[in-house]
Amino acid sequence: MNSANKDHANHEYTVLRENAEKKRQAFLNDPVPKIHIGMATCGIAAGALDTKAAFEEALVRHNIDARIHTVGCIGHCYTEPYVIIDHPASGFPPVFYHEVTPGKAGMLTKLFLKEGDPRFEHVLGATVENEMIPWIMDFPRFNLEKRVVMEKCGRIDPEDIDEYIAENGYSTLADILHQSPEEIIREIMASGLRGRGGAGFPTGRKWEMVANAPKNDKLVICNADEGDPGAYMDRTLLESNPHQVIEGIIICAFAVGAAKAIVYVRAEYPLAIKIMTRAIQQAKDRGLLGHHILGSSFDLDIEIFQGSGAFVCGEETALIRSIEGFRGMAKYRPPYPSESGLWGNPTVINNVKTLSSVVPVLSNGADEFKKIGTETSPGTAIFSVVGNVVHPGLVEVPMGTTLRTLIFDICGGIPKKKKIKAVQIGGPSGGCLPETLLDTPIDFDSLAQTGAMMGSGGMVVMDEDTCPVDVARYFLEFTQKESCGKCTFCRIGTFHLRSILERITKGEGQEGDIKKLRQLSEDIKNGSLCGLGKTAPNPVLTSLRYFIDDYEAHIKEKRCPALMCRPLIAYYIDLEKCARGCDACVGCCPVEAVFTTKNRKKAIDQILCVKCGECLVACPPEYDAIVKVSPPELAPIFERPPEPVDKSS
Amino acid sequence: MELTSEEKIILEEIKINLATISKERSKLIPILQFVQSKIGYLPMPAIHLVADHLGISPSEVYGVATFYNQFRFNPPGRNPVKVCMGTACHVKGGDVILENFERKLEIKEGETTPDREFSIESIACAGCCALAPVVIMGETVHGHMQPSKVEGLVLRVRIEKEKQKRKKQKNELGQ
Repeated sequence: MNSANKDHANHEYTVLRENAEKKRQAFLNDPVPKIHIGMATCGIAAGALDTKAAFEEALVRHNIDARIHTVGCIGHCYTEPYVIIDHPASGFPPVFYHEVTPGKAGMLTKLFLKEGDPRFEHVLGATVENEMIPWIMDFPRFNLEKRVVMEKCGRIDPEDIDEYIAENGYSTLADILHQSPEEIIREIMASGLRGRGGAGFPTGRKWEMVANAPKNDKLVICNADEGDPGAYMDRTLLESNPHQVIEGIIICAFAVGAAKAIVYVRAEYPLAIKIMTRAIQQAKDRGLLGHHILGSSFDLDIEIFQGSGAFVCGEETALIRSIEGFRGMAKYRPPYPSESGLWGNPTVINNVKTLSSVVPVLSNGADEFKKIGTETSPGTAIFSVVGNVVHPGLVEVPMGTTLRTLIFDICGGIPKKKKIKAVQIGGPSGGCLPETLLDTPIDFDSLAQTGAMMGSGGMVVMDEDTCPVDVARYFLEFTQKESCGKCTFCRIGTFHLRSILERITKGEGQEGDIKKLRQLSEDIKNGSLCGLGKTAPNPVLTSLRYFIDDYEAHIKEKRCPALMCRPLIAYYIDLEKCARGCDACVGCCPVEAVFTTKNRKKAIDQILCVKCGECLVACPPEYDAIVKVSPPELAPIFERPPEPVDKSS
Repeated sequence: MELTSEEKIILEEIKINLATISKERSKLIPILQFVQSKIGYLPMPAIHLVADHLGISPSEVYGVATFYNQFRFNPPGRNPVKVCMGTACHVKGGDVILENFERKLEIKEGETTPDREFSIESIACAGCCALAPVVIMGETVHGHMQPSKVEGLVLRVRIEKEKQKRKKQKNELGQ
C-alpha cells in the first residue's frame, strides 16, 4: 500500500477517535452517579432486566439523577446479576455489587445513591485501588487472570461502537491498512498464534495458504457455531465486545485478500445475533466496513448466517455445506477449505476467539504476545469453568497455567468441602482427567498427551458425587445424536458405544464390555473423516484410562460408587433418625412415593420412587434421615399400609 | 396435524413473501428459518411450498430440515418448556427435571400437549451453566431448578389461564 492510503486511513480514524473520545469524556465528566449493569445472556438469565427496571423505578421514586450504563459480561457468572455503582459524590470508589436482585437495587438506590452509605455487607469489592474498600484485584479470581482477549468485555457497552473506538478500538485496523498483507501474515506467524477452535492449527499458516491460493473471490468465515454443551465464551465475546471480532475479521480479510466475510452464528444465540447485526451496521456507518474502508482501496462486506443447531457444523467442511444449503455433512480433505471452500473459493475459517485474539496480537506486537503463555502455545486460553466449583464463569489465563491453579485458586475449589473427582475438558471431544493430573499445564500439547484436548474450552468440574461412567455415557449420547451419519464407524460405532455404556450404567454390564469399548473406540477413531468422529471416543477412552475402578464396580458389583447412576441406587429413610411430625419428604415427592408407616414414621415405596433425590434435599439437616445406597438391594423394604390407619379423624 | 385457519392465512402470507426471495440453494436454510419464525414450526404444506420455490424435491427440503435441531415439525405449545441438557445441567440432574415435566404434562420430549398449551424440548446448552440446572419457559429462564418446582411452574401457567378465563366471563356477564 502507498503512503496516500496511510494518510487517508490515519486521518479518517483520527476523526472517528476524536468524536468517540469527546463522547466518552462527556460521559466520564458527568458528575451524576453511574450504574453499570451487565446485560449479556447470562446476566439476563439471572435477572438483570428486572434489576435494571428496579433501578429505573427507584431512581424516579427517589428523584435521583443517575445514568444507567448497560455493559456486556465480565465472565464472573457467580456474581450475576452484577452492578457497578460509580458515585463520585459519595467519596467512595466505584463499587462492585454481586447478585443484585430488584430488592437490593431499590435498597442501594435509596441508601447509597441518596444517603451515601455503600452497604458494605453487599459489596464484592471496589474496581480501583483505594483505602476504604478492598480492591477486586486483590482477589485471586481477578488477579490470577490475564485478560488479553476479553480485556474490554464487561467494561464497554457492546451496542455503542464509540465506546470501543474510545478504548483504542479499530486503531490496529487503521495501522495495518498501510502495511502489506505479507507483513501482517508474517507478524501473525511470528506470534505463534494457534487456532482457538480446538485443534490449534497455526493461524498464520492458514492465512498464508489462502493468501497464496491462485483463485479470486476469497472468503473469510468467522466460526461462532459454538455447539459444545458447557462452553459459552464465543457467545460472550460476540455479545460483550462484537467490534473486536469485527476488527479481527477485517484484518484477516485484508491479509488474505477477501472481499466478503460471513459470521456463522448459532440461531440459539438470539442476543449475539442482534448485537452483531447492530455492530456491523454501526461499523458500516462509520466507514469501517463496506467500500473504501477508512478511505483506503480495501472493500469488505460482512454477512451473518444463522446456523441451525448442529454440533457437527463446527467442523469446517460441514459448516461450509450448511451455508451452501445442504445437510451439514463433513467432506474428505484435501482439498482443504483454504484451496476450495465455500462455493469452491479459497476460504479462511477461524473461530471467534482466534479472530478476537488477532487484534491484541497486532496491536501489542508478536514479541509481546509470545511473552504470555508457553513456547508452543503462546497467549491466553479462555475457559468456561462450570459444574461443582465455587466461582464458576469465564476465566482467561495464560497458557501453561495448571488445572489446579485454575480450579482451586481462581475458581475457589469445590463447594461443600467435597473432594474433586474429575475435570472434564474440551466437551464431547475432550476427556475426563483425574485429580492426580491436576498439575498438568493447560496448553494444546500437554492436554493432548493426557488424552483430553483443549477443544472449545468448556471445563466441567466434578465432585466426588459424579460418576465418570455416566458422564462418558452422557457425552456419547450427545455425539451419537449429533453424528452427521456419513461415516459408518461414527454413525453406528457411537451408537454401540452408547448402548454398551447405557447397559453398564443400568447394572447390566457384562464381562468383556471394557475390551469391547476399547476396541470400538479405536475403530471409530480410525474410521471417521472429521473431528467429531475422531474425537468422539475420547470421553470413553480417558475415563477407561483413569477411572477403570468405577467401570468395574458397575459391571461386577452392579454398584455405582458415586451414587449417581439412578438404576443402581436407592433411597430409603432411616427410621432411627426420622422425626414423626415432619412431612417435608411427603410434600416434596413428585410421584407420591413417600408414605407414612404404622408408627407414623415415613418410608419410601421403592417401586414408585423415581430417584430424583428431592427428599434428600427436603429432609431438614437436623434429621438427615434420607440415605442413598448402591446397589439398590441394600435399601430395606417397607410395606405400605393398605388403608389410612385412622379413619375417625 | 391439521393446520388451523390462522396458520393457513400465515402460509398464504409466506407464499407472497417467498416471491421476493431469490431461488438460490444457499437460501434454503434462511427460508426455513423465516417460515418457522412466522408459523412456529414447519408443517408439511410449508415444506412443499419451499420445495416448489427452490425447484427441489420436498424430500430434499425435509432432509435438510430434519438434519438441524432448530427445526420442529409439530406446533410448539403456547408455553414452550425448554430443559437444558448441557454438561453442567446434566451433572446437576437436568434429566430428572426433564422426566418430571414429561410426567406432569403427560407428553414426551418433542411433543405438544393436545390443548397446545405446553410443549417440551431439550436443548443442548442454554449458556447459563452457572445457574444449572436450567429450564426456559417461554422467555423466562428459571435457574437452580428442582423437581419439586416443576409442578409449581406448570400450575402457575394454568392458574393464570383460569384467572383470565374467569375475568373474561365476568366482563361478558357485566356487559
